[in-house]
Amino acid sequence: MATLRVDEITVPLRTFRLHLSLEVGSTLALVGPSGAGKSTVLRAVAGLVRPESGRIAVDDEVFFDADRGVELPPEGRRVGLVFQEYALFPHMTVRQNVEYARRHAADEYLERFRIAHLESARPQELSGGERQRVALARALARDPQVLLLDEPLSALDAHTKTTVRAELHELLEGLDIPVLLVTHDFEDAAALADEVSVIVDGTIRQTGTPNGLVAAPADSFVASFTGANLLHGHAEPGANGSMRVRLDDGTVVATADQAHGRIALAVYPWDITLGTEAPHDSALNVIHAPIRTIVELGNRVRLTVGPVSAEITAESLERLGFETGQVVYASFKATGIRVVAEHEERTS
Amino acid sequence: MPRRSVRRTLLGVAYVGTAVVAMVFLFLPIVAIFAHTSPAELVEQLGNPVVHDAFVVSLKTSLVAQVLILVFGTPTAFLLASRRFPGHAFAVTLVELPLVLPPAVAGIGLLAAFGRLGLLGSSLDAFGISLPFTQGAVTVAVAYVASPLYIRQAIAAFEATDPDLAAASRTLGASPLRTFFRVILPLARGGLIAGLALSFARGLGEFGATIMFAGSLQGVTQTVPLAIYAQFDQDFDATLAMSAVLVLFSVALLTALHAGLTWQRSESTRSPSLFGLSGST
Repeated sequence: MATLRVDEITVPLRTFRLHLSLEVGSTLALVGPSGAGKSTVLRAVAGLVRPESGRIAVDDEVFFDADRGVELPPEGRRVGLVFQEYALFPHMTVRQNVEYARRHAADEYLERFRIAHLESARPQELSGGERQRVALARALARDPQVLLLDEPLSALDAHTKTTVRAELHELLEGLDIPVLLVTHDFEDAAALADEVSVIVDGTIRQTGTPNGLVAAPADSFVASFTGANLLHGHAEPGANGSMRVRLDDGTVVATADQAHGRIALAVYPWDITLGTEAPHDSALNVIHAPIRTIVELGNRVRLTVGPVSAEITAESLERLGFETGQVVYASFKATGIRVVAEHEERTS
Repeated sequence: MPRRSVRRTLLGVAYVGTAVVAMVFLFLPIVAIFAHTSPAELVEQLGNPVVHDAFVVSLKTSLVAQVLILVFGTPTAFLLASRRFPGHAFAVTLVELPLVLPPAVAGIGLLAAFGRLGLLGSSLDAFGISLPFTQGAVTVAVAYVASPLYIRQAIAAFEATDPDLAAASRTLGASPLRTFFRVILPLARGGLIAGLALSFARGLGEFGATIMFAGSLQGVTQTVPLAIYAQFDQDFDATLAMSAVLVLFSVALLTALHAGLTWQRSESTRSPSLFGLSGST
């Protein structure tokens, strides 16, 4: 498989400077909050934005090289870019949209993306999922060396999103070109990509497998972005080599990690156990507080208890019969906590 | 009846009343023109040499002027809509200036620029071209006063096309030129047609700049509005017939304008711009 290499590109943006390198072998998801410069990276690879410096290449095919003055125009790069709102031509039929990329190959792609029956429809008449299939068919009909997806799931409603995500995952698995996708949702990134890079303010904070990021988030931003509860407090030495952290609300919790001074603790919702009675097990940390909210997420349920969110199965919720306002015990083991460096949150 | 509902009824009557007055005021002159002209008279008057000549001059000069506006105005509008450069706002103002310029001033300006003693007069003379008081002068006057209407509407139409569509076209392998003709132009088409309709209507009615720069010579530079002015104390029937034809023409252009804007609305992914219609025409 080919490799897309983005080396040290810089693009000045409104409030910061995008500066990063990426190496995309199979599927890489660039995740970050909106306005972090994610789409700019895709546009730079596609040739729609010119970086100030750096180099962009797929294997030996150099798209852009500031030092050597190489800059291929967008039509000179074999890149498949799927826009966030799909950018289907509204004055053309589905077939014409696909044919726009390549004259005589439409049948193959209409068939492959199960849109042959829609060939004479206009984009305005299609559902979100259908539009995405047309956009993918059109991008791949170009026979690209690299596929770029800009927020592939954000234009869909929650109901279709799950189905489309599974379909998209299957498609990406079967592709033999590098795929760079951009999303603000870590769950989507984890579901679609082998590797994830977290981008904030134009620079990459951490790159790794989805599980790797969850296991060892580099800082408090990555931790909260990957879904962890963040508890802020001061670390002080405790008994038996474990650390005690006095949280800002006065609660004291224990952690196995070494730390001192002002820190943040990351606790993932699935590491938290809920009960109606004080636990008598190995969990060192217990929060005793009322349930603030209960939100169902498919077969899982997310409950907020005091400062933390916990995730349990719908089955457990039914068995335990929790209700909003009920005071419960939320407990988690000291080894389930990761100490992360405090990162200045940017309000945007 | 409660006081509030009385007030509401009075307000309703006032609304409808003013609307009726305004609409009658706007429509009455049109009705009056047709009240004085039977269809038979209208056809008969078209045989009148003065009327006939005026229509030939008007159509010929208008068509040439509109083609020139289309050919030069479209790229200009696209440039102004898609690029931001130093002096952009100034360029847009410059393009719109003829719209607010009193027509007589436009006529003097054209004379001062292209007249025998004007800025470019001697250069034109060198090529054996003398513009004033020819059909060419009528065309130039019409193009001068009518082009801003087309260019303004065209800028709005190009600005309303989603830039992502042009970007998508490029990433799918199309050159900038192919992108323009296959994506941008078809999407802006409705707005361009509307702009052309406005510009055509303005050009047909051109009077002030034409009479200053081209004169009013029957069969050469006497357009329909000039003929109406020249004839109205001599042959009122001919004047009414010409006016009636111009009214029908205007109605047709207005219909084309609305059709064009509706078209753009259904084709575009963004909301269309009705820009330019609120300005004085």
